[in-house]
Amino acid sequence: MAQLALNDAERQALLEAYPAVFVKSFWQRYGLAVGAGVVAVYLVFCFFFFNVGAVLSDGRWDRAGAYLQDWYSWRAQPRLKLAAGQPVDVQWNNRAQYRTDGPIDWLVPASDGSVLVTFGSEADSLVVRSDVVTVNLNGQPHDVAVGASGVVLPEDAPEAMTLKGDKVLVDFGFAGSAEIRSSQVYIQRRFLGWANFWFDTKSAFWGMSLPQLVSTIVVGERIDPQMSNLQLAWRDFLGNGVWQHADIISKLIQTIVMAFVGTLLGTLVAAPLAFIAARNITPNRAANWVMKRTFDLLRSIDMLIWALFFTRSFGPGPIPGIAAIFFTDTGALGKVYAEALENVDDKEREGVKSVGAHTLEVQRYGVVPQVLPVFISQSLYFWESNIRSATVIGAVGAGGIGLKLLEAMKTNADWDKVAYMVVLILAVVFIFDNISNALRSRLIGSRH
Amino acid sequence: MAQVAEHAPVSLSEGTQTVYDHYRRQVRTRRIYTLIALVVFLAILAASLNFANAANSGKFFERLPYFFDFLRSFVPRDPLEIFRAMFDLASPYADGSQKYDYTSERIWVTDWFYVPNYVYQLIVTINIAIVSTIVGATLAFLLCFFASTNLMGAGIARFVVRRVLEVLRAFPEIVVAGLLTAILSIGPIAAIVAVSLHTIGALGKLFYEVVENADMKADEGLRAVGANWVERVRFGIVPQVLPNFVSYTLLRAEINVRASTIIGAVGGGGIGEAFRLSIGRDHAAKTYAIVLMLLVTIIAVDQFSAWLRRRLVGKQAFDFGA
Repeated sequence: MAQLALNDAERQALLEAYPAVFVKSFWQRYGLAVGAGVVAVYLVFCFFFFNVGAVLSDGRWDRAGAYLQDWYSWRAQPRLKLAAGQPVDVQWNNRAQYRTDGPIDWLVPASDGSVLVTFGSEADSLVVRSDVVTVNLNGQPHDVAVGASGVVLPEDAPEAMTLKGDKVLVDFGFAGSAEIRSSQVYIQRRFLGWANFWFDTKSAFWGMSLPQLVSTIVVGERIDPQMSNLQLAWRDFLGNGVWQHADIISKLIQTIVMAFVGTLLGTLVAAPLAFIAARNITPNRAANWVMKRTFDLLRSIDMLIWALFFTRSFGPGPIPGIAAIFFTDTGALGKVYAEALENVDDKEREGVKSVGAHTLEVQRYGVVPQVLPVFISQSLYFWESNIRSATVIGAVGAGGIGLKLLEAMKTNADWDKVAYMVVLILAVVFIFDNISNALRSRLIGSRH
Repeated sequence: MAQVAEHAPVSLSEGTQTVYDHYRRQVRTRRIYTLIALVVFLAILAASLNFANAANSGKFFERLPYFFDFLRSFVPRDPLEIFRAMFDLASPYADGSQKYDYTSERIWVTDWFYVPNYVYQLIVTINIAIVSTIVGATLAFLLCFFASTNLMGAGIARFVVRRVLEVLRAFPEIVVAGLLTAILSIGPIAAIVAVSLHTIGALGKLFYEVVENADMKADEGLRAVGANWVERVRFGIVPQVLPNFVSYTLLRAEINVRASTIIGAVGGGGIGEAFRLSIGRDHAAKTYAIVLMLLVTIIAVDQFSAWLRRRLVGKQAFDFGA
């Protein structure tokens, strides 16, 4: 801002005229700076309290990259067993991405017993024989001799090849990596996308391109005479052995159901109880007090504690989740409802009373119309936030997708599944946020 | 909606009669709609309950008689045991097993002064909550001005910031915690990051709604004397919205105490982790000790935050805004 030119007399006059603006107390002047300083000191303290520096430097950050890559890509991990004089034997782990009998374009066995593994192009590849592995990096071949005594790193090895313990590691970047040991070569080959997301290798639709798939479903001959191709495709999709779509979708529905039923039951129980808790509606102080403390108790025992408690009673599944949400929400909604009731305009009640209505009618026509929009709006807010909470308490056994998420994360290999579930959860949360917003504005107008 | 009399008053002019009939018809349609909605609603509820019951590993009515079994089997040998577990005092029942071994968990500050383990875990959890609230609120504060219509118009920045806040809000916290746990091993930092990210999303939304409701006259005044965007925000908007921001942040701090407990239980350290372990291992006294401490803490935090909000911003702080 441009500076104003004031002379001393004008300055003095302004200072005297507006002392409240120009003369401020210490706290008004420096309060913010002091607060910021205290916060900064606290953060420094926490830095040491949580040992942030050491934890961050001890972190396995190399894993972070690999785990994040696993979100949007997949790895094929064959083991190439080496035995002197024998052809190289290709073995797969249990999460099979390929049919056992089908050809694979990047893993080609040759007639002399060797196997050619390509990483994107011929220039980056491995030729695996039982006694020597030829590593081609940018077109340059490097021979790694393999014997019973161990592996030998060639003298001209580039940076991408390293000796670690008794194995030679070869890094091909995103395309993958290889681990050459004396008895086996462990290959990691990475591709974009999620392998076999739609159909697993057992399905007749496996490996079809999209136009092929559409034409098979629409005009193709029946693969299974019992049902149409569309039905079969749907069955194979849900029954996908690797991705478990049916299971994940049913767990997701459980999460939604938990939030819906829990919040609804909470609303149905909290609404009448709130009338007892509201001072202006129930003139009995003891009843008010008891009701309000009950709400406090229900609310202050955490949802997690309720969930663990009910899981022990009913076994894992959605019922403990519903019960946990129901109990905490009864407390939270009861409190909010009671406050809404205490804020109602008494004139309407007096009006209804004056025409001779009895107590119940006074509440029905004098109070309910005033508070109903607030009640519904609050319940919808809680429903929204409970869809999120239900995911978390699911992880401690209260049903829903939370447990599946936790299981997938614990394996440290299924991060693509985690990504899939995250996408589903985000979609569900957005859809229900919008439903809730639409309902709220429809039911109570735009003022909330 | 007042009740409509069954019979119309005797003498109505033709026009009034039309209006009256019309009103009656409207009321009737509305009632039918309400009834249909109610029936659909109850049907959904019944179906949901049925689904939940079928999916649960124990059926509701079969398990109901055993409801309190868990509590019955979960009785500490004497009530004092709870306090011994809480303060890591030696137990007379000590038999070498973990269940009654409290003293080994003491955290020694000096040779003669120790902090009981659960108290320490509770301090960790509360610190997680405070740090994540500070970090989250700071970032939400910086972002919210870019997300409000009155300051950013309909620009691309506003769209991007809003979407980012939405994703941060909806992203499952356990995934962030789980990913960081895999990298950093179990500990509070995973929880701090997870809770902070959620806090940015949740507070960011509340903050930009407050900013959008701000009185723009101050802004106009500053614009008239040639203030730039940062100055307009700093002197025109911030003083107006700060009380609400403080109030929402305190409310969020309350919520974050719970959130950090829950995240702790799935691998973020702190009292949540201790709680899950003690309940899983059937350590009755330890479990009760933790429940008691959590109860007291959460009530204390709620009351303190309510008191602070009342002092700082007066009664408006009690508008709902979770």
